[in-house]
Amino acid sequence: MWDQLPQLLITGVTIGATYALVALGFAIIYNASDVVNFAQGEFVMIGAMSTVFLSGNSGLPLPLAVLLAVGLTILVGMALQRFAIARSRGATVVAMIIITIGASIFLRGVALVVWGKEIKQLPHFFSESPIVLGSATLLPQNLVVMIGALLLVLAVHYFFQHTRSGKAVLACSYNRTAAALMGINVGMMMLIAYALSAFLGAVAGILIAPIAYTSYDAGVMLGLKGFSAAILGGMGSPMGAVAGGVLLGLIESLSAGYISSGYKDAIGFLILLLVLFFRPGGIFGKTSAERV
Amino acid sequence: MKIANRVALAAAVFSSFALTLAPVEALLAKDSIKIGSFLAVTGGASFLGDPELKTLQLYVEQINAAGGVNGKQLELVHYDTAGDAKKAVNFVKRLIKKDEVDIIIGGSTSGTSMAVIPTVEEEKIPFISLAGAVSIIEPVKPWVFKVPHTDRMAAERIFADMNQRGISKIALISGDGGFGKSGREQSLLLAPKHGIEVVIDESYGAKDTDVTAQLSKIRGSSAEAILNFGFGTGPAIVTKNVRQLGIDLPLYQSHGVASKTYIELSGDAAEGVRLPAAALLVADKLDDKDPQKLVLVDYISKYENKYGSAVSTFGGHAYDALMIAVAAMQRAGSADKAKVRDEIEKTKGFMGTAGVFNMTPTDHMGLTVDAFKMLEIKGGDWSIIN
Repeated sequence: MWDQLPQLLITGVTIGATYALVALGFAIIYNASDVVNFAQGEFVMIGAMSTVFLSGNSGLPLPLAVLLAVGLTILVGMALQRFAIARSRGATVVAMIIITIGASIFLRGVALVVWGKEIKQLPHFFSESPIVLGSATLLPQNLVVMIGALLLVLAVHYFFQHTRSGKAVLACSYNRTAAALMGINVGMMMLIAYALSAFLGAVAGILIAPIAYTSYDAGVMLGLKGFSAAILGGMGSPMGAVAGGVLLGLIESLSAGYISSGYKDAIGFLILLLVLFFRPGGIFGKTSAERV
Repeated sequence: MKIANRVALAAAVFSSFALTLAPVEALLAKDSIKIGSFLAVTGGASFLGDPELKTLQLYVEQINAAGGVNGKQLELVHYDTAGDAKKAVNFVKRLIKKDEVDIIIGGSTSGTSMAVIPTVEEEKIPFISLAGAVSIIEPVKPWVFKVPHTDRMAAERIFADMNQRGISKIALISGDGGFGKSGREQSLLLAPKHGIEVVIDESYGAKDTDVTAQLSKIRGSSAEAILNFGFGTGPAIVTKNVRQLGIDLPLYQSHGVASKTYIELSGDAAEGVRLPAAALLVADKLDDKDPQKLVLVDYISKYENKYGSAVSTFGGHAYDALMIAVAAMQRAGSADKAKVRDEIEKTKGFMGTAGVFNMTPTDHMGLTVDAFKMLEIKGGDWSIIN
C-alpha cells in the first residue's frame, strides 16, 4: 500500500502544477478587476492550439510558433477586455463574469470552426523517456511544467510587488476611483491585466499540451480545475493559486490511489467546499475587510 | 392598429403561399420514398452524426441517379439533434406526423436512439438505429433494428483473445463517459463467462490529464493484462502513462480508439497494443478474396472522393442501414411500413461495412463477433491478428 505513495505524490504535484498554471491567470484578472474570467481556460486552449497549427501546418520552427501563439493569445485577451469588458463599464461584477462566460463559449466556437474538432498534441520539449526516482517515475515534461509554474509565479509576484505597473494594477483593484485620481490610467491597467493573464494562459497551454493533448474544448475542464485551485488557495493571491493547484492535484491523486478513482473529483470538490466553509477567503486569501 | 394590420397581412400572404405549395408537396410525396433521419450532426457527438449524414446524402444521391427504388426517387428528410434525447423525440414525432416518412434511419447516440423507441413502436414505423448499445435491440422490439457492433461484442472479442494468450486476471480502467461506463458494465458481466477475473476496476475523467495514480495501483495488483474502455484523449494518456510507469503488461484498448488519431497521439507507446475494430479500418490489408473488401473499398473511395476527408466506421453504419432499408423495400416491392419491416427482419447474408448481416425475428442486428477484427499496433500501423 505504502509503496505507491511516492508515485501518487509525484503524480499529484504534476497534475497540481498544471492546475496552478491555469489558476494564476484567474488570480491576476481577479486582482485587477474583481472579475472572475471564465474565458481563462480558452486562453490555455488558444495558446496550445495555435502553436500546434503554426508549427505543424505552417511549418514554422517551434520556438517561433510559440512566440506567435503567445502573441496571438495576448491579442485575444486584450480584445476581450477592450471590446467586451471595457464597453460594459458600469455593469455589475456579476454581469461582467457572465460576459466572460459568453466570451468563452464564443472563443470555443471559433476554435471549432477554425481548427476543427480533432485532438492535437505538441512534441515533448525534451526526451520522452521517464526519469526514475526510486519506485516512482515522471517525465521530463512534468519537470518543465513544474519549473514553468514556479518561474511564472515568481515573475507575477515580482510584477505586483516591485514594479510601478504592477502596483498600479493592484491599486485599481483596491479602489478604482482613487487610483484614477492619483493619475493611474485605469483602462490601460485593465488591458495589462488581461494581456498578462492571457500570456500566462497561453504559456500554461503550451507547457501542458505535450502531456495532456489539446482540442477546441480542452479549456473547459482545465478552466474549471484552475478556477477551483484559485478559490482553494485564495482568489487573487498568486502564491495561493499555486498552493491551491498543488493541493487539488494531491487530493485527486491520493483519493484516486487510496479511496476510489471514480470519486476523486467529488472528493476534490468536497474539500474545496469544506475549506470555503471554514475559510471563505481561501487558504491564502485576504479577508474581505481588507479588500473594501 | 397599424402593427396588427401588418401582422394580419403577413399571415394572409404566408397562408396563401402555404396553400399553393400544399398540392405540390402532396404530388411529390406520391412519387418519392421518404427517408427520415435524426442525427447528432453538431455537438459533442458530431464525430458520429457528421459522417453519417454525409454518407446518407451521398448514397441517396447515387441511388436516385441510378433510377431510385421501385421506380421512385428517394427523399431524405433530416433533423439535427445535437445529441439531445428530448430533441430527438420531437423530431421523430415531426418526421412521422408532419413529414410522413416511410422509414427512419438515425439516432447517432444510444441515448437518442433509446429515447425514440416508444414513439416508433407506437406509430409502427421501421427504425434502424446507428447507435451501439445492446439495450436498443435487447429485448427485441418489433419495429427497431440496429446496424453497429455492440460493446458486448467488443468485450467478447477481447476476452477471446485473452483466453488464447492464457490471461486470466485483468485490470479494468475505463473513462467515466457513457461509452466507458457501458464498456465497463459489459466487461464485468462477460469476464466470468470467459474465466477471466477483474482484479482491479478503476476509472478516470474524460478530460483528465494524468492517470498514473490509478495505474500505480494497477501496477501493485496481480493483473496480467490491462483493459481500457474509453475514447478521446483518455486512452492515449493511459497508453503513455502505462509506458511511463514501466508497466510491461499487455494493454488492450476498445474499438473506441479505432482511428489513426490514437496511434498518432500515443506514438511509440502504442506499440503492441491490441484492440478489436471494424474491418473498415484495415480494408486495404484484407485478403483480396474477402468479399467484404469490395464493399469497403467502394465505400471508402466514393466517400473520400466526394468529401475529401477520411472515412470512419460511423459513416459506414449509415451506409449499412440505408442499404438494408433499400434492399428490404425492393424485396417488398413498395414502401409499405409493415411489409418493409418484415423484409428487414429477413435480411440474410447482406455484406455491409460492419460485416455480414443475418437478421432473424430474435436478432435485430444480425452481426456476429467475427465482424470485429483483432488488431495489434506494429510499427505505427494496424496489423491483423489471426
